[in-house]
Amino acid sequence: MRFLFKTDYEDDIRLFPHSGYYVSYGLLLAVLLIAPYVLSSYLMSQLVFVCIYATVGVALLILTGFTGQASLGHAAFLAIGAYTAAYLQKYGVPFPVYFLAAGLLTGLIGALVGFPALRLQGIYLVIATISFAFIVEEILARWESVTNGNEGMRVKAVSLFGVAVSRDSPTFYFLCLAVLVLTIVGTLNLLRSPTGRAFVAIRDSETAARSMGVNVALYKVKSFAISAAITGFAGVLFAHKLSFISPEMFTLQLSIEFIIVILIGGTFSLHGAVLGAIFIVMIDPFLTYLKDDMPGIIAGIAATFGAGTQAAANVQSKVAAFASLNGLKGAIYGIIIVLFVLFEPLGLYGRWLKIKLFFQLFPLYKRATFKRQKIYVKSERNR
Amino acid sequence: MLDFVQQLVSGVALGCVYGLIALGFVLVYKATEVVNFAQGDLMMLGGFFAFTFIGMMGLNYWVGFAGAVAAMALFGMLAERVVVRPILGYPQFSIIMATIGLGYFLRSVSGMIWGTDDFKIDTPFSQGVLRIGSLVLAHDKLSVIAATVILCALLWLFFNKTTLGTAMRASSENMLAAYYMGIPVKRVVSIVWAISAAVATCAGVLLAPITFIHSNVGLVLGLKAFPAAVLGGFGSIPGAVVGGVLIGVIESMAGFYLAEGWKDVAPYIVLLAVLLLKPEGLFGLHVRKKV
Repeated sequence: MRFLFKTDYEDDIRLFPHSGYYVSYGLLLAVLLIAPYVLSSYLMSQLVFVCIYATVGVALLILTGFTGQASLGHAAFLAIGAYTAAYLQKYGVPFPVYFLAAGLLTGLIGALVGFPALRLQGIYLVIATISFAFIVEEILARWESVTNGNEGMRVKAVSLFGVAVSRDSPTFYFLCLAVLVLTIVGTLNLLRSPTGRAFVAIRDSETAARSMGVNVALYKVKSFAISAAITGFAGVLFAHKLSFISPEMFTLQLSIEFIIVILIGGTFSLHGAVLGAIFIVMIDPFLTYLKDDMPGIIAGIAATFGAGTQAAANVQSKVAAFASLNGLKGAIYGIIIVLFVLFEPLGLYGRWLKIKLFFQLFPLYKRATFKRQKIYVKSERNR
Repeated sequence: MLDFVQQLVSGVALGCVYGLIALGFVLVYKATEVVNFAQGDLMMLGGFFAFTFIGMMGLNYWVGFAGAVAAMALFGMLAERVVVRPILGYPQFSIIMATIGLGYFLRSVSGMIWGTDDFKIDTPFSQGVLRIGSLVLAHDKLSVIAATVILCALLWLFFNKTTLGTAMRASSENMLAAYYMGIPVKRVVSIVWAISAAVATCAGVLLAPITFIHSNVGLVLGLKAFPAAVLGGFGSIPGAVVGGVLIGVIESMAGFYLAEGWKDVAPYIVLLAVLLLKPEGLFGLHVRKKV
């Protein structure tokens, strides 16, 4: 086990606490850079979605994980980013300009949402953000001169320095990856700055933060604005990846998916956003696999255990019927959410930390290290 | 004028359904400070149970109704035991997510069992109309209004006049203190979930003649019930129903008098306005913040 000996404040806030980080993140980056030349085009496409979802996840972590303000309206911010890009692109605005414009506009709207949210807590904030998202969705469907209503808008390929970048090309993937990495590094820097510390203070106790001199209102609005702006950037990439956007893509369902991303990944660390994004995006390929290959495999297993041909075929058709049931994806989502909340509240990254600590402390690891405290006395109403 | 009254009545009837769902939220919230995002889905499931009993098994309407309510009360207890009890005492956000997950699960499973078609239950109120002068009021809408008033009154009496109701209010205030006072908090919470699921079932069955029952009805109506609960002040039983009626009336008026599109957003605009101007709602208690 490595003991970090910190002698001054700079040691404490370092982005890479020790040299091992350079090796592991360097390797990861290398793998990600050669990925487009190795993986199939389908997996590459999924990887681009992972990047986009992870960017939104980081944005949501800033707001929900580190400032403690839950939001079920991030699909609306994504939509605003996507539509800004699509609209500006129609008038020949170059990519870098509308990319920044989308982020700025979304950030501005995020700040505007942040103001009313100042007075709201917990459940009220969740409901308010849901309402905001509904209103945005309806505006997108009705403001036909700009958004083309329910018919949706086509989004042309990104043109970078005069070269059109197709949405399936490695260059587009690198663009998304760059945005994700910049977002993560930027967020890490933000979190070790006074602003980030103020966010965390607000999350832990608003009253305590205020009495320490943190301007709670200002920092909440900042948090909303930053989170929204990052989501807006992701929205631009999302629009380009899908090449077609319409209001029914940005529903409550999508907002819930984003929340699932950070819930599954873990809400206390930026790793969580990436892990959660991988999980959510890979559910679809997994379901396809379940539909296509699983029946055959299970029938094969049944056959090896001495089931007759007739019985094996029977099993195969049963499994196939189950795997192609209509609402299977929804049911799996539901079960996953409930199981994670019940059994793995720290998410995938929390699980990783637990496993790591288990081996570091072996045989002294105890489960109670990660046990959360239950509070029955509280009433969130008069917090 | 006639149009106005007609719209008013159908708005009130729709609003009563919102109110009944909101009542479910409020019951659970009052007793456990848990906000149940799956309330609308419990309503949907109740409707499907009633459809199974009445439409498919051919039972008498009232028998089927009672059966569905009983089955759902049991189901509510089960859901509480499996999903909610292990995470009581954790931050509200976890519990919200767990109930959202439960809602997802119920929606897709009922879609698998009953399919994605619309269902209709034949009720004694389906056909008749009440005529007052030139005003025509359908019995199904009136039945919703009447049932809401009765249920609301019963629940109000229950919460304020019975020992069990007092125990529920006590455990809402402070679970630990209630436990020290000898209140079996776990059982109380379990009963609250049963009642709330039963109320949701009533909403589902009464709704069936008006809007059809399908697997997404819970999501749509459940999300409309939030503005109702907030408008009334989360935690007030009469408030939930009044809020529901207001939202229903606003929605149907907006649908009739304003341009297309306003109908769907009007409840949410009202909700945001309420949250901005009077976050504690119309009937809510104003609570001072403590450190």
